[in-house]
Amino acid sequence: MNHTRRNFLKFAGLTAAGLCVASAGGALAVSGAGSAIRDDEKILKAKRWAMVIDAKRVRTKETIDTLAKACHAAHNVPDIPGKQNIKWLWAASFEEAFDQPNNYMDEGLEKSLFPLLCNHCTNAPCVRVCPTKATYKRADGIVAMDYHRCIGCRYCMAGCPFGARSFNFMEPRLHLDLAALNKEFPTRMRGVVEKCNFCVERLAHGKQPACVEASQGALVFGDLSDPASEVRKLLREHYTIRRKPSLGTEPGVYYII
Amino acid sequence: MLEKALKGSPKYYIWIGFLLLVILGGSGIYLMQLMQGLTITGMSRDVSWGFYIAQFTYLVGLAASGVMIVLPYYFHHYKKFKDLVIFGEFMAIGAVVMCLGFIVVDIGQPQRMLNVLLFPTPNSILFWDMVVLNGYLILNVVVGWTCLEADRQHLPHPKWSKTLAYVSIVWAFSIHTVTAFLYQGLPGRHYWLTAILAARFLASAFCSGPAILLLVIMLTQKVSTFKANVEGVATLAKIITYAMVVNVFFFLLEVFTAFYSGIPGHMHSIVYLFKGVDGHAELVPFMWTAATLGIGSLCLLIPPKLRDNLKILPWSLAILVIATWIDKGLGLLIGGFNPTPFETIAPYWPTGKELIVSLMIYAIGALVVTILFKVATEVKEETGASQKEAVPAEN
Repeated sequence: MNHTRRNFLKFAGLTAAGLCVASAGGALAVSGAGSAIRDDEKILKAKRWAMVIDAKRVRTKETIDTLAKACHAAHNVPDIPGKQNIKWLWAASFEEAFDQPNNYMDEGLEKSLFPLLCNHCTNAPCVRVCPTKATYKRADGIVAMDYHRCIGCRYCMAGCPFGARSFNFMEPRLHLDLAALNKEFPTRMRGVVEKCNFCVERLAHGKQPACVEASQGALVFGDLSDPASEVRKLLREHYTIRRKPSLGTEPGVYYII
Repeated sequence: MLEKALKGSPKYYIWIGFLLLVILGGSGIYLMQLMQGLTITGMSRDVSWGFYIAQFTYLVGLAASGVMIVLPYYFHHYKKFKDLVIFGEFMAIGAVVMCLGFIVVDIGQPQRMLNVLLFPTPNSILFWDMVVLNGYLILNVVVGWTCLEADRQHLPHPKWSKTLAYVSIVWAFSIHTVTAFLYQGLPGRHYWLTAILAARFLASAFCSGPAILLLVIMLTQKVSTFKANVEGVATLAKIITYAMVVNVFFFLLEVFTAFYSGIPGHMHSIVYLFKGVDGHAELVPFMWTAATLGIGSLCLLIPPKLRDNLKILPWSLAILVIATWIDKGLGLLIGGFNPTPFETIAPYWPTGKELIVSLMIYAIGALVVTILFKVATEVKEETGASQKEAVPAEN
């Protein structure tokens, strides 16, 4: 009896060990193959992704809504009425966007709207405060999220000085047109936080972010660390501002005013 | 010792039954929240923390309060607190249980909560808050229970329990400091972004916490044979008074800095809370109530004649508790989120369901405190320590 049990345990142990080795080998093989395929594909890479928005060209509700629609369709962002809404990209006035209103401002500017989105800060407070690393910084400067690790504590929402984050207070799929879902991107479940991800999933397939694609050139996306990139060219040629620079978060979204 | 909580008067059973009913009723609403999400609360995209986290913050203060008894007893050998020490420690247990409860109900995906342990992230203050709160809970359970057991057997307290008690004293300061750090390290939330926030948290904890503790001890005296040392009570009232003076002083420092510098970001939240902004004045009556009651409590606590009058003292403590609760349980959170990052005002008010779930947590805390206090008073009765008959000359 005892003998058999011992043998059984030995067998079980060996089997478990064998399975571990096999699965580890499998994982290695898969990741190796995966990277090979990705190198063949035209994956967009950068040291520091950034965006320059020509605010003179996107200044009305309609133009910004076009961008938001493209973004929200690409990422299955639900349209929830009320104050528990979810938005990745949206329109805001100069004062809401930059909280540095001048007296007697240029009327055009005063009436202008500006597209707002996650700034993918270099020193992102949301990354700093997240207790599970569900929000993390990628090597290319993008602040990304793991929706399956997020516990929904919303510390990142308190931490973000730009109001860029939304929480799924309710089941988001109830507010999505399930027939029109983008199957390439997951929907979320209730109880997790989400925000703009600079379209990491599209970059991985060599595509520009959805809002950039929809902007007809008004939004430019590129590598901030490359002096020859188009974003650097625009920054050289235009006066640009960023939101709340005094907080030292180093936003990666620039506005040509 | 826990068996002592099983035997009690009919009134005791009615009270326990009532608490269980409240917990049961509240858990129904909590189940609803689990199934529908936090949409049943009044929270929003702009005010993403609400009543739950505010209660958590307030109760960390209550948890830290026991140290105002434990510290003089262990560090200064102030023997008149001897019979109160166990209540301070047991109150801390109940308070930390409520704190943890309020965090659990606030989380959107509670079943993933252990991710905080699976992926420990030392750069997150929430990770440290988890560490210090649970550590403080364990410390108080171990020290409190061991010392009470030793008392019951007429044995001296083991030496290691004294060492742990010293650790718990320093630890008590850490729980409220770390909880303040949750808030005060966030860029762009001006009301919280102030170096004095942790000090304010401690000051308000050390007045409101012992005030609640003293009120509960007074109640305990009514329903049991326990009688606290009158001089000890007077000293605790004095400590509460000093802490409240410091608390009010620290708040006035904030007011000075904001309004003398005239920097809009610093003034904005305070103006919203006390005057209203853009037609939004939801909290104004509450904040002025808090201010009035706060000053009122000081008027009743500072003169020794009024403070030492045991008929007036409960009232002074009660209005102090209301004042500090409005300040920290409502104003701190709502004022911190308003104005929003877009310089707008997003009014927040808890929903009925949110309040019922909160009531459930408060009932759980009350149940824990009732059971622990029941055990403690029974042991004291058994050993004949601090009994009403033993000190007939007082009062």
